[in-house]
Amino acid sequence: MAELRVSVVSADQEVWSGTAAQITARTTEGEIGILPGHEPILAILGAGEVRVKTEGERWITANAEDGFLSVANDVVTVVARYAALA
Amino acid sequence: MGAQLRVYTQRIRSAQTTKKITRAMELISASRIAKAQARVAASTPYSRAVTQAVSAVASFSNVEHILTTEPEKVERAAVVIFSSDRGLAGAFNSNVLREAEELAKLLRGQGKEVVYYLIGRKAVGYFAFRRRDAEQTWVGGTDNPEFATAQEVGQTLVEKFVQPTSEGGVDEIHIIYNRFVSMLTQTPEVVRLLPLEVVEGAEDITDTTILPLYEFEPDATTVLDALLPVYIESRIFNAMLQSAASKHAATQKAMKSASDNADNLIRDYTRLRNNARQAEITQQIAEIVGGADALSSAK
Repeated sequence: MAELRVSVVSADQEVWSGTAAQITARTTEGEIGILPGHEPILAILGAGEVRVKTEGERWITANAEDGFLSVANDVVTVVARYAALA
Repeated sequence: MGAQLRVYTQRIRSAQTTKKITRAMELISASRIAKAQARVAASTPYSRAVTQAVSAVASFSNVEHILTTEPEKVERAAVVIFSSDRGLAGAFNSNVLREAEELAKLLRGQGKEVVYYLIGRKAVGYFAFRRRDAEQTWVGGTDNPEFATAQEVGQTLVEKFVQPTSEGGVDEIHIIYNRFVSMLTQTPEVVRLLPLEVVEGAEDITDTTILPLYEFEPDATTVLDALLPVYIESRIFNAMLQSAASKHAATQKAMKSASDNADNLIRDYTRLRNNARQAEITQQIAEIVGGADALSSAK
């Protein structure tokens, strides 16, 4: 099965990177779920957490307020000034 | 004769103390380079992601935005100079300031008014000495830049950029900083930040990766509005980190040559002192021999 390559980066470091099966995030428009094969998107994140479901069915949550999310070719980048794992 | 010997000894002592200081500064900067470099490397994913996003929006949407459109007439340009808080770094600061002067001359030649934004005490001192005005200055913390400072600088610049020219806004933003190439080379770099010229990535995107057709949420204009400050901040933060790493490398190099120079001085003065001492001894012997001769011939 295809998988997503995810990296969560903040201004001064890469907070987390790895492969994942699914991601949910809250954009300014509402909740968004991303599975492998998602169309390329560039969205602004609203307040809330970004949750990443890893291969091992484990959920990782990260705070990434005030940032944006980009998806392209199954590469997901969550970018925020101050991002941290919850 | 004894006086000369004492003078040489004094000079050797002074060179030795200087050497101790420069050696210590050399070691301190050497230990800080690695950390500064690591910070540059750590911030790379962020700036790469931001740059990619900006280039995606810029190249895959037809929205007219202040970020991408070239103003018809540029009246005022902002020049941001990244210097250091302290000297003793060789040509580090003078390089940036010289580049800034050249850029300002070029811009004025094109009929643009230049406003300065200064970072680091050295640039501020340079301007104060020449009684020139700077729009805003930030001092302190250039050795270990914080993201909050970059954010502040970014916000100020974006505000000015968005403001109409008639109200004191700027149409262009240029930055000048020392780029860290290697431990031995740091080159002053002049970059036009806004409006976007060519979107350059931190790493070249290889030909195999085709930039996809993006969907924007909520819409392209809003995304661009949100990206503008983020992009500026990341570029400024990167410039600050590069400048900090370059400063440490430049200091290390300058202090190394100062220590070497002190070594040379110590060696030269030691030789001169030995010479003087030998001359003194020779003279004393000559005097004794002369005296003994005089005594024996007097008998």
